Amino acid sequence: MNKVVTGGIQAKLSYCKDCHGPSAQGYDGYFPIPRLAGQQTEYLENQLRAFIEHRRTNNIMFNVAHALSPGMIAALAADFRALDPKPIGGAPTRFVALGRTIFQDGVPDANVAACAACHGPEATGSGPIPRLAGQLYPYLIKELVNWGKERGQNPAKPDTSAIMSPVAHSLTRSQIEAVAAYVSYLK
Amino acid sequence: MSYVRLKIAVMAMAFSTAAALAGHAENAAIRNCNWCHGGSGQGYTPAPRLAGQRPQYVATQLMNFSSHARDNPFSKMYMWGAAANLSRQTVHDLAAYYSTLFPRAANDGDRDLVAEGRAIYQEGMPDSNIVACVVCHAPNAEGVRGIPRLGGLAYSYLKRRLEQWGEGYHAAAGPPMPDIAGKLSQNQIEALASYLSFVK
Repeated sequence: MNKVVTGGIQAKLSYCKDCHGPSAQGYDGYFPIPRLAGQQTEYLENQLRAFIEHRRTNNIMFNVAHALSPGMIAALAADFRALDPKPIGGAPTRFVALGRTIFQDGVPDANVAACAACHGPEATGSGPIPRLAGQLYPYLIKELVNWGKERGQNPAKPDTSAIMSPVAHSLTRSQIEAVAAYVSYLK
Repeated sequence: MSYVRLKIAVMAMAFSTAAALAGHAENAAIRNCNWCHGGSGQGYTPAPRLAGQRPQYVATQLMNFSSHARDNPFSKMYMWGAAANLSRQTVHDLAAYYSTLFPRAANDGDRDLVAEGRAIYQEGMPDSNIVACVVCHAPNAEGVRGIPRLGGLAYSYLKRRLEQWGEGYHAAAGPPMPDIAGKLSQNQIEALASYLSFVK
């Protein structure tokens, strides 16, 4: 009755997919589990290392990341990059238009730059800057609302998450929900 | 005159009783379920507790019985027939009704295995590629949306479900469960089922 756990990268990838979805499209469980498909490899690897070093707080991912070797981290990131499922959608649509405006033009009154300036006009990211296109609506909200409580937790070892701190602080909850809804539908 | 009044009074009493019986007939679907699932939906082996279950989950399972997507032996023996002729409205109403009943924990697992079961549920076992159930099924195993409440279900039911995915049966629960359950050892299954049977 036991499937043989052969170990190695395929078994680990299948394990990641148990939560993150069969095509890594993400899953809205009790906790929102983010989409990894199509994610920038540098960003993914940075996040896994941040979990290992406890610079990013998440009790589940602490346990998961500790079991990963550096070779596995690189291989997993490459595997996820190649996946391209449709976004799971489901976000309320009434503020998508407002979200598009915030994404493309920023919020000048609040000194918030256009997301597109770094994340790209299609929200596909680049290098250490993550892809947002097709990301889960509840996950994006959770990240932006909890940015300072979850990321950059070791002041002695600041990381790229510092760049997003002022943005996350300056956006209102409604603006966060609007831009999250917008990018969640992008392919 | 008084004889007519007496007749009217008797007829009034008879009709009021008939009306009450007619009211009972509308609950026939629930009575049929309760034959096996217990008077307050608490379950009666092998039928699981339905009380307090997530309505979206109950509705999906009823559709899965009806379409035969869920094919484990007891489902085939009992539930395929039971769910065969349910209208969408009845499915919705049954699911809503059972979700409102207060669930009582079965408390029938092996107490010595509870700690191990809790560790698997809340933390997973990354070295064995086993995920933490909590991520989908919630911190108190209460579930959310279409993901079922597991807390307080009977030990034998939980154990059987976990074993059957590993044996290749389809619960139509969605992709992860067959893969997850297939990796669990017999001892881990018994530990999880024990822990969950006590969760209120």
